[in-house]
Parts: sequence; structure tokens; C-alpha cells
Amino acid sequence: MIVFEHVTKRYPGGYTALADVSFTLRHGELAVLCGHSGAGKSTLLKMIAAIERPTRGRVLINGQDVSRLKPSAVPYLRRSLGLVMQDNRLLHDRSVFDNVVLPLVITGHPPKEAARRAAAALERVGLAGRGNERPIGLSGGEQQRLAIARAIVNRPSILIADEPTAHLDNAYAVEISRLFKSFNAAGVTVLVTTHDAALFMTNRPRRIILDHGKLVVGDGA
Amino acid sequence: MSHWLYLHMRAMGQALQRLAAQPLGSMLSVLVIGIALALPACGYLLLDNIARLAHGVSGAPEISIFLAMDAKQAVIDEVMERLRDDEVVKTVRFVSRDNALQELERSGLDDVVRALPENPLPDAFVVTVKGDDPALFGELSARVKRWRGVEHVQLDSEWVDRLHALLELAKTAVLALACLLAFALVVITFNTIRLQILTQRHEIEVSRLLGATDPFIRRPFYWFACLQGVLGGVAALVAVWIVIGVLQSPTETLAAAYGAIFTLRGPNGMEALALVGFAAFLGWLGSALSVRRHLTERLR
Ligand SMILES: Nc1ncnc2c1ncn2[C@@H]1O[C@H](COP(=O)(O)OP(=O)(O)O)[C@@H](O)[C@H]1O
Ligand SMILES: [Mg+2]
Repeated sequence: MIVFEHVTKRYPGGYTALADVSFTLRHGELAVLCGHSGAGKSTLLKMIAAIERPTRGRVLINGQDVSRLKPSAVPYLRRSLGLVMQDNRLLHDRSVFDNVVLPLVITGHPPKEAARRAAAALERVGLAGRGNERPIGLSGGEQQRLAIARAIVNRPSILIADEPTAHLDNAYAVEISRLFKSFNAAGVTVLVTTHDAALFMTNRPRRIILDHGKLVVGDGA
Repeated sequence: MSHWLYLHMRAMGQALQRLAAQPLGSMLSVLVIGIALALPACGYLLLDNIARLAHGVSGAPEISIFLAMDAKQAVIDEVMERLRDDEVVKTVRFVSRDNALQELERSGLDDVVRALPENPLPDAFVVTVKGDDPALFGELSARVKRWRGVEHVQLDSEWVDRLHALLELAKTAVLALACLLAFALVVITFNTIRLQILTQRHEIEVSRLLGATDPFIRRPFYWFACLQGVLGGVAALVAVWIVIGVLQSPTETLAAAYGAIFTLRGPNGMEALALVGFAAFLGWLGSALSVRRHLTERLR
């Protein structure tokens, strides 16, 4: 469950990226976060992962007030989330397998189990058997899927993705959106930002629309 | 516990990989550390060897007590008696003026002795003292000086005292050098780790986003610096053993020329362990300072 309560974010320098945003995303929901470029979508997602902190208001993740988390508790919050950032943040000097397995290494899973789960995650996104390749050798869509595999390898209950279909041909974008829908069908709470909300419409997702930092559509928040 | 161990083993493996990834760079770093540590270590060992040598040569320090030229047998007996009764004195040896002259003759100065109109040497006692507290010699000599018939008291330990003072000074110098070089090593490690953190910025950032804790991110740097320190310590030991080995034969020759048997000693097990441990500690310290300075996440 994700709850935003009157969240305002003012960046150093004075720019207000989010203004008094409130909404609730229940467990198992699929939500699409739309808005023009610069509307504050990435800022909103960053606040869920405690990458940015609200200037005012509260962000609750599964009942926990993320905006007041001690620095030492932040890693444990992030482990419970699946995170796909706007620039996919892959390690290009590591193999595909090393990239996927990293979250499990961080949580200290036994190597054998970690390897098994990493292979399963790669299979889930259609990259089975590509573990020894370098990310640089993958297509844009494949890199995005690799980032998604890394986000779900820890079996998070919440998956957030920042424009995972940007810069992708429509066929690839559809494929990616299907992935998110299938995770949601398996019970994962999914929050995706996108320019192209139509991709997700077949599932009648929640729509959250931002305009210049203000929430214009919250679909019954 | 096993989880903790696993994380450490992993961090150590990562550190080893980083060391192996740049063999030349790592080797040069290890060499620099080794040489920097070998300098004071060699100094310490040489001083220790000299101190051992000095102790061996001087044996028990002696006091020579010279009587007046005209000392009568009664005076000699009296002094002998009092020395034997003194509780500080260990052994007493009487050297008559005739014996002293013969000794002088035998030492190669026979021409000089023959040229002398009469025996210029006084009767003398050579005394050794219980224990090796320098204060005892001073006290005894001051006491003996006031006795009837005693002309002059000479502490044969004086040169040993001077040597010891000199060795103390040299030891302090070596210690100062060691401190300076240790500081330099901490600075070097600090910088090495700083550069590593810079080149791994991206990976560190990604790991943080995926839930890596501070210890998880810091551990490989600690391990890297410690391992580099240990290797540097081992390199220093090798250097020390080479130096000792090179000096061994000339030292033995020199000692033999003085009719002595003397072998230089290298570092013993404890000293070797201490050196390597110290090197690892310096590495840890440098990395800890660097990590504190460069890896503290700025929370917004
Ligand atoms: N770190 C930052 N410092 C200052 N301004 C920022 C920062 N990040 C984003 N912004 C500003 O906040 C606004 C919202 O940004 P963002 O959340 O990235 O929008 P979106 O993802 O919807 O395109 C933009 O105008 C952007 O310039
Ligand atoms: Mg954005």
C-alpha cells in the first residue's frame, strides 16, 4: 500500500516539483502515472524509494512513514521495492547475470539459491540463457527487460518503474507493458509512469495524472 | 553469524579481484608499502643487534681501583678486606704494579716499557659488581674514592653507558622515522581508496538503489586496504631478510677479526607478525578515513 498525504516537494533552488499531492494505492493495484515532461512523475517515484524526501507531507509504504526513515533503515525499505529507474542503471562492465543477481548478493542470499532465482527472473522477462552476455550487447528493449528482471528478482510486493517504455518501438513497449500486467496479476502492486497510458488500458488501471506538480486525476483517491 | 561471514568472504573476494585486476599497480603499491616499512624495521633490528653485541662484549662491567704509588702492603690488605666485605661487590682481583707492567709489555709496548726509568704503574684492584644497575657503580666508586690509599677509581662501564645512550637516541630516531612513514602509508591508502571510490561511483550508486547498506558498500574497501597492507608487510619482511642476509657474512668476518662469534638475527615470529599486523592496521586506518570522507551518503 502506498499513501501520499499532502506531499509537497520543493527542490533546493526553490522549484516546486510536487504541490500538495494526496492519493492512495492499495495492495495489488496497477496504477499508471501520467503527465507532461517535468510534471513531477520521477520526483513522485523517488519519494517512494526515499531517494528524495518530501518538503511537506507524508509518504507511507505499507504503513511505514518513509519521509521520516532513519538513513540506516532506507536500504531495508528499498529491498522491499522493485525499482526500475528512468535511465535503466545497468552495470555495463558486468555480465547480464551479475546485474540480475546483484540485489540477492546485497541481501546475502546463498550463491546457489541466488543463481537459481536470477536465472528464473531472466527467464521471466524472456532473457533466458543470455546471462553471460554484456548489457551493452542487448537491444534497448532487452536492456529494459534486464532492468525489470533485476527489479523483480527480490520478489518485491511493490514494483515501481519510471518510463520503462520510453524510447522503445511500439512492439517492444507492448511486450514490456504485458510484463507489468502479468506481475500485477500475480499480486504485485505496480506503479508505472508513462507517456503512453493507452499501453496499459486493457487492464483498466488506476490513472494518476500530474500537471505541473499538481494532481489533476487521482481516480478516487 | 554465517551470513556475516559470507558477506565478509564476498567482500574479501571482491577486494582480491580488484587487486588482481591491476597487477602492476597493485604490485607497485605493495612495493612502496614494503619499502616504507622495511626502513624502520631494518633500523630497529640493526640497533637491537648492536645492543646485543655491546652487551656481549662488555660482559659484566668492571671498576678499576688504583692505589697511591707509595701504597704499603698494609693499605693493600685493608682495601682488599673492605672490598671483600662490601655487599655490592661480586668479584675482586688484585693486579700488582709488577703484573700490570708485565701485561703492558705483553701487549706489544715492550719498547716503551724498557725505556721507562721505573715502573710508573700503581697497584690496582679490578672489581665486578652484582647486578647491572648503573647507579650501583656510581655509588660504589664514590664510596671507594674516600678510602685511605685509593688514588683513582675508573668505571670501565662508561663507554657502555655512552653506547647505550647513543643507542637510545638512535632508537628514538628510528621510532620517529617509523611514525613518519606510517603516516605516509595512511595518506597513500587514503588516496588509493579515494580513487577507487571515484571509479566505482556508478556501481555504488546502483547498489544503494537496490538496498545495499553502508557496511556492504564499505567492506570491500576495508578488505582491499588490509590485504594490500598485509602484502606490503610481507614485502617488508622479505626486504629485511635480504638486508640481514647481505650483512650476515661481513658481520661474521668483522666479529671474527675481534675474536668473537656473532651472527645477525632477523625478525622473530612475533616481530614478523607484528610488522604484518601493523601494516594491515595502517591500511585499515587509511581506508576507514577515506570511506568516512568519501562514502557518507548525503541525505536530502
Ligand atoms: N534534483 C533536482 N533539483 C532541482 N530540480 C529538479 C530536480 N529534479 C527534478 N527537478 C525539477 O522538478 C521538475 C519535475 O521533475 P521530474 O519529477 O523529473 O518530472 P518528470 O519525471 O515528470 O518529467 C522538473 O521541472 C525538474 O526540472
Ligand atoms: Mg521523469
